Amino acid sequence: MTTKPKFPAIELKDLKFWYQPGGWQLAIPKLSLSSGQHLFVRGASGSGKTTLLNLLCGITVPNAGEIWLNGMALHQLSASRRDKLRAYEIGVVFQQLNLIPYLSVLDNVLLRAAFARAPAAAMQQRARELLTALGLGDNYWQQKASQLSVGQQQRVAIARALLTQPTLLIADEPTSALDADNRDAFMQVLLSEADKSGTTVIFVSHDSQLQRYFHYQLAMTALEQGVVAC
Amino acid sequence: MLIKLARLSLWNRRGTVLLTLLSLTISLVLLLGIDHIRKEARSSFTNTVSGTDLIVGARSGQLNLLLYSVFRIGNATANVSWATYERISRHPQIAWTIPLSLGDSHRGYRVLGTNQGYFEHFRYASSQQLQFAEGVPFTGVYDAVLGAEVAKRLGYVLGQEIVLAHGIGAVSFSEHKDKPFTVVGILAPTGTPVDQTVHVSLEGIEAIHIDWQQGAPMPGRQVSAEQALEMDLTPKAITAFMVGLNSRMATFVVQRQINEFRGEPLTAILPGVALAELWQMLGMVENMLLLITLLVLVAALVGMMTTLLASMRERQREMAILRAVGASPWYLFWLIQLEVLLLTSVAMLSSAVLLLAALWGVQDYLAANYGLFISLSPFSLQSLYWAGGILAAAALLACVPALVAYRRALTDGLSIRL
Repeated sequence: MTTKPKFPAIELKDLKFWYQPGGWQLAIPKLSLSSGQHLFVRGASGSGKTTLLNLLCGITVPNAGEIWLNGMALHQLSASRRDKLRAYEIGVVFQQLNLIPYLSVLDNVLLRAAFARAPAAAMQQRARELLTALGLGDNYWQQKASQLSVGQQQRVAIARALLTQPTLLIADEPTSALDADNRDAFMQVLLSEADKSGTTVIFVSHDSQLQRYFHYQLAMTALEQGVVAC
Repeated sequence: MLIKLARLSLWNRRGTVLLTLLSLTISLVLLLGIDHIRKEARSSFTNTVSGTDLIVGARSGQLNLLLYSVFRIGNATANVSWATYERISRHPQIAWTIPLSLGDSHRGYRVLGTNQGYFEHFRYASSQQLQFAEGVPFTGVYDAVLGAEVAKRLGYVLGQEIVLAHGIGAVSFSEHKDKPFTVVGILAPTGTPVDQTVHVSLEGIEAIHIDWQQGAPMPGRQVSAEQALEMDLTPKAITAFMVGLNSRMATFVVQRQINEFRGEPLTAILPGVALAELWQMLGMVENMLLLITLLVLVAALVGMMTTLLASMRERQREMAILRAVGASPWYLFWLIQLEVLLLTSVAMLSSAVLLLAALWGVQDYLAANYGLFISLSPFSLQSLYWAGGILAAAALLACVPALVAYRRALTDGLSIRL
């Protein structure tokens, strides 16, 4: 299923970001993940997780250094190009409340297709397949997102994130609102569906128990000193 | 997708949205309604008399003359003698004249003594002649022609006998009971003071006053209705008269000649000019009213903006999700703008419907009670300008919450502050 062998899925080089010059700074000398390699980022709140996510998603740009997404220089693209790229190439799953409550489950998933400019029929088809694979059969599709349980909502969020078979999926503590059983089920479907899509997962959490699902790990505290990762 | 999102998002917040919609609709109905009634009142007002080149009365101010001769408001300070009237009528430039004799009333409605020329030459609105709903113009001394409203309100029909009262009060103690008039004609509605007037011949006015002197019946001298017919009923004086000229070019010349008439002090006015001057005075009030309704609209728009701004807080999640799936900050800006335009458009539509319903409801009432004829078509090309202006104002104010959405999209990124 992987069709992106030429470039690393994501590559950071000498990345530096700060809010005020001389203040706190985030530094990543080198980080490179090829397609299908999943990374676990561990860090307590306030350790710069959100900043890292915003950088990876192209919401903000680094003050110095490079971010390459599947061979494209994210740090050089204009804001609108980055927005378009994100629509197609990057999926995001938040901690909780991932869905727009007044849209149906299916519309929440297809929300992404509207921005990605992908063919509607194919996206419809894939959305249905993904939802079914994630255990949400057709009786859920027209339900309002707000009627679902937290665990179900998080699975809809996975479907949305993977809809366009993106290069990268970024998950920001997606399991913190789930109980242990749901959490394990969530991790399994997330990673297996990501593998099927050939998507690289960057998973941020403070819960070191989840580390066992990943081959690669990164501790946020290490980044401030600029430790080489991977 | 943008439209669907805006629509569903509004529906999701329907409680506050409906209240905003309500306040917008009410202020728009106020604005459109007052604007419409203002225009209708103006046209109804300036349409009261047309085709008349000059109105001539005893020397007085032009507004006073206009008010009593056209609107039947107030009284003349002095009369014009019949001899003077006849002399001026023979002026070579003058095509026709309509004598007007005021001073009596019937149950609060003014009685106008005039002649056949009134039905022939009098014009209102855009040169419309008086039309008879029923009957014919008066021919006999004791014939009367009623305005539409007089007939309708008092329930009079053809052949009915009516008694005129001396003076202009609604209740009069001195009535011309001995000489009743017969209704021979009822005029079609005009939306002008004609509707509130009882028309009789100058001879009729003369006949009922033949045994009166100084505004009271002469003691010991009674003249019966039949006896009066035998006597000379040529009036000694009239209140004012309307003049039609052969050529409009001569208007100012004839006006000056009448104003400088040696026989007695007269004033000739141009009704169009006097009407415009009068409306200018009333226009102040009208403009104030319009200004107030405009401010009400601004208040409603500001209210909408405040509601949206307050909702931006609870919608941070929505915005973050949209950002995550690839929405640009401008997309969020336009989402808010679209919601405002949607809301304003719906408010405009519902206010238009409401206004039509309201006009339809009060049309008869206004016509019956105030002689104000309001058309049921309050929309013109100008309404389109209004609509455009209102939308532009709404869009301008919506920039505030929309820019908040835009800025937050840049600074907050994907973080959701709970």
